[in-house]
Amino acid sequence: MFDNFGFFFPRILEGLPQTVYATLGGIALTIVLALVAGLAMLSRLRVVRFVARVYVEAFRGTSEVVQLFWIYLVVPILVGFQVVPLAAGIAVLGLNHGAYGAEIVRGAVQSVPKAQVEGAVALNFTPAQRLRRVVLPQAFVEMLPPFNNLFIQLLKSTALLFFINVPEMTRQVEVLRPNFGESLATMYGIILVLYLLLAIVITGVMRWLERAAARRLGRRPPSRTSALAKVSAGGVG
Amino acid sequence: MTWDWDYAREVLPKLLEGLLVTFEATVVGSLIAYVLGLVFAFIRRSRIPVLSQVVWLFVEFVRSTPLLVQVFFLYYVLQPELGLLWTSFLTGSIALGVHYACYTAEVYRAGIDAIPVGQWEAATALSLPRSRVWLGVILPQAVPRVLPALGNYTISMFKETPLLIAIGVVDLVGEARGVGAQSYRYVEPFTIAGLLFLLLSYPASILVRRLERRVNRQH
Repeated sequence: MFDNFGFFFPRILEGLPQTVYATLGGIALTIVLALVAGLAMLSRLRVVRFVARVYVEAFRGTSEVVQLFWIYLVVPILVGFQVVPLAAGIAVLGLNHGAYGAEIVRGAVQSVPKAQVEGAVALNFTPAQRLRRVVLPQAFVEMLPPFNNLFIQLLKSTALLFFINVPEMTRQVEVLRPNFGESLATMYGIILVLYLLLAIVITGVMRWLERAAARRLGRRPPSRTSALAKVSAGGVG
Repeated sequence: MTWDWDYAREVLPKLLEGLLVTFEATVVGSLIAYVLGLVFAFIRRSRIPVLSQVVWLFVEFVRSTPLLVQVFFLYYVLQPELGLLWTSFLTGSIALGVHYACYTAEVYRAGIDAIPVGQWEAATALSLPRSRVWLGVILPQAVPRVLPALGNYTISMFKETPLLIAIGVVDLVGEARGVGAQSYRYVEPFTIAGLLFLLLSYPASILVRRLERRVNRQH
């Protein structure tokens, strides 16, 4: 079973950077889109709210696999040039999870007590200052645990890039599958463990951020619980 | 390239056929997830040594790794190893069900934890047998509370079914890919597929939200 280990293990590891790029790129795009769309949903302008709503519902209401094929196969026909698979993948990961993230941002901003905003108004803060100095730092602490779940969902979704031939870990195993059928259990085992380790890294970073953000607000840092991901209800939405 | 209505009308019946497969997989997967999730929650709660920890590890592992890889593992490794001859549809639905059971287990756990301690105490004071405590007192109160969360998971399962095309299940997206490959026209099939998903999951999520509000009002 382990005869060809030295051969296929490096091949699988070659896919790891691609998985990491897709995850990091997806997370970066998710953060930007979630903040923009989340705040847009709270805008006073009806048009802005409507546009943000359409984006969020469109991406939450359809399947991620469909979105992937759509961006990879349909968009090139419409705009006239081929997209690099990894770029198309990052775009879908970001757009899809950004829509879920927008709801998190909206909820977190709404959860900041009204008196905080009123206090900032009384202190003659400009709207931008209110948002940046008062509302967002408090909302940020609320956002971190659900964003942790969201990023782990995103990491798991990078496996879907298999469908558009991004040479990430799952695709690497698929390429090796016809020739190393007898070692399949080991190969899948390896990537499952790698995904698990990446998920633990994400949770570790997010926990650290949570403590740092709570300390900045003068709150007691949240207690350390299980190091494994606690993906709560509604994670995939 | 413009939108071709004739072609769209032509491929629609095929896509609806695929949609039926997507539905079936979602229903089978949901049933497994609802039952197995409750079993997992029971085992975790009963604190049977070893078994309880094994279930905990399994649940955490499944939730931290991609469903697609789990589907491959079940289809290419576990299923032949056990000498089973499951079709790709059955394998895929079971994989979906087991994956989501690891999420619903947490939902049930939260629902059971939300039952006031007094209910347990009263059941003990009446010296009800263990089975009556669960079936007559705890579950009838816990299950309605968790229904909206279970509904949400069914909706997300519906949207994740298309990844079963990786093992050859021809669902809505599988059909879209098939007809697209035949004619080299992908715009219409994939756009219709996306719209069908939206058309079904959006009203469903509104219904779940309404159910949620009703449950919250009752408690």
